[in-house]
Amino acid sequence: MADIVTIRNLTKTYGDGFEALKSVNLGIRKGEILALLGPNGAGKTTLISTVCGITRPTSGTITVRGHDTLKDFRAARRLIGLVPQEISLEPFERVMNTVRFSRGLFGGGRDDAHLERVLRQLSLWDKRDARILELSGGMKRRVLIAKALSHDPRVLFLDEPTAGVDVELRRDMWRVVEGLKADGVTIILTTHYIEEAEAIADRIGIIAGGDILLVEEKAALMQRMGQKQMEIQLQDPVTEVPAALADFDLQIGGDGTLIYTYDAQGERTGITRLFSALPDAGLVLRDVQTRQSSLEDIFVNLVNGDAA
Amino acid sequence: MNIGAIRAIYVFEMARTFRTLLQSIVSPVLSTSLYFVVFGAAIGSRIDQVEGVSYGAFIVPGLIMLTVLVQSVNNAAFGIYFPKFIGTIYELLSAPASFVEITAGYVLAAATKSLVIGLIILATSFFFVDLTILHPVWMLAFLVLTCLSFSLFGFIIGIWAQNFEQLQLVPLLVVTPLVFLGGSFYSIAMLPPFWQTVTLFNPVVYLVSGFRWAFFGASDVPVLASLAAIVVFTVACIAVIALIFRTGWRIRK
Repeated sequence: MADIVTIRNLTKTYGDGFEALKSVNLGIRKGEILALLGPNGAGKTTLISTVCGITRPTSGTITVRGHDTLKDFRAARRLIGLVPQEISLEPFERVMNTVRFSRGLFGGGRDDAHLERVLRQLSLWDKRDARILELSGGMKRRVLIAKALSHDPRVLFLDEPTAGVDVELRRDMWRVVEGLKADGVTIILTTHYIEEAEAIADRIGIIAGGDILLVEEKAALMQRMGQKQMEIQLQDPVTEVPAALADFDLQIGGDGTLIYTYDAQGERTGITRLFSALPDAGLVLRDVQTRQSSLEDIFVNLVNGDAA
Repeated sequence: MNIGAIRAIYVFEMARTFRTLLQSIVSPVLSTSLYFVVFGAAIGSRIDQVEGVSYGAFIVPGLIMLTVLVQSVNNAAFGIYFPKFIGTIYELLSAPASFVEITAGYVLAAATKSLVIGLIILATSFFFVDLTILHPVWMLAFLVLTCLSFSLFGFIIGIWAQNFEQLQLVPLLVVTPLVFLGGSFYSIAMLPPFWQTVTLFNPVVYLVSGFRWAFFGASDVPVLASLAAIVVFTVACIAVIALIFRTGWRIRK
């Protein structure tokens, strides 16, 4: 699928010399949900802010549907909606007015029918005349999304949209995001929650130290980088790995089991050979369980530089 | 040009005025009425005419200027500072609007509020003094230009300010003293020669003088000098704002 956002050699160095982005290259496909994962200070928010025009790039180019975000900023920004990390809303303003204001800023004429659709989609229609300060935290986050959607953007940036919200609300937000995707909106979200990326993203990007470490299809990433572990329960628990099994990558489990880690995509997993070797070591097999490593494991490995 | 953005900011800011009607309009009108009572009726009745006008009438242009200048600076400064303070400035910076549209929205709203307050004070003054306006069109032109130019100045203050104390610093410590020392309540001809020369370095003198000329046909400095001073001040403010947006100073990282 064609890229709707193209980022080329993007760098950002702040006035104090801190290099927040180091020659970032990224293509965001039309209609996808791309999750950007990264630790604090990785450059996630700087990347989003630079695409949206809040932060000036030091060098490099960004285009949105072919429109340069600096030279042709009006056309580029009309295509973009941004939901910021912080809940930034005028406390005394009413929901409908603040959403109408956002639409106006983007040059959209008054279209209350569209705003009604957006508010209904986000379950905010009943609160349209409420003041922002009367709303719960979760509703305020929805208002931020409504404001971002008020001008009908084709690309939506969500900067940690579920930070600090409870599990139920987070899942609710995922449904909203999936609904937007179904409407053809391209979604880029940054998150600390690995399960969020696992649950809703099509592709995963991992960013650390201002570098994009990888961008890959979620399923392919988990398959390619996922390691499997097999827990071998024995008739008689062991306290150390027998010498006859020293050639295998084995560890002792908490209750005297053997933990065997192997590459599920490897040509040979070594499982057959291991099972054959167990009787030679005087061990009797009782039960076996396997477990796939999660995206979290992959993320930690990559960020720690252990993933090669 | 994104006219919709200008309209959106203007409507949003004006709505804030209506939400805070007591603070925005009633309060400045009440305090100016007190000036009329104290300076115009109580003290003014014991002062001879100034430049052929009763003292009560003489101070009307100065009082309007005092309020309009402070209100213009305060309104525009708060207008742009508040989004910075609560974080909603992200919306302005990510919108398809240039500095021209953003500035126009805030400055027009601030100038409108000041203009309305100025006109209300003018209307109020008719209850206290006999007043004839010799050049009503010029009076209105001076008033509008002053509202716009000082709203531009206030916009700069709002961008510069990093806390509420700084936001109040310039209106309280710079604008108000300049207005009081700028001939609001006296003709600079009443000052000793040395202080007359010093006062000419106060830009507010030119505003008050031009505005007073529109009322009574007499001025401390030539009317064209007053007009030129407003135009130069306006152009300077626009140039500074353009520079701020081009460099992103204190608004864009």
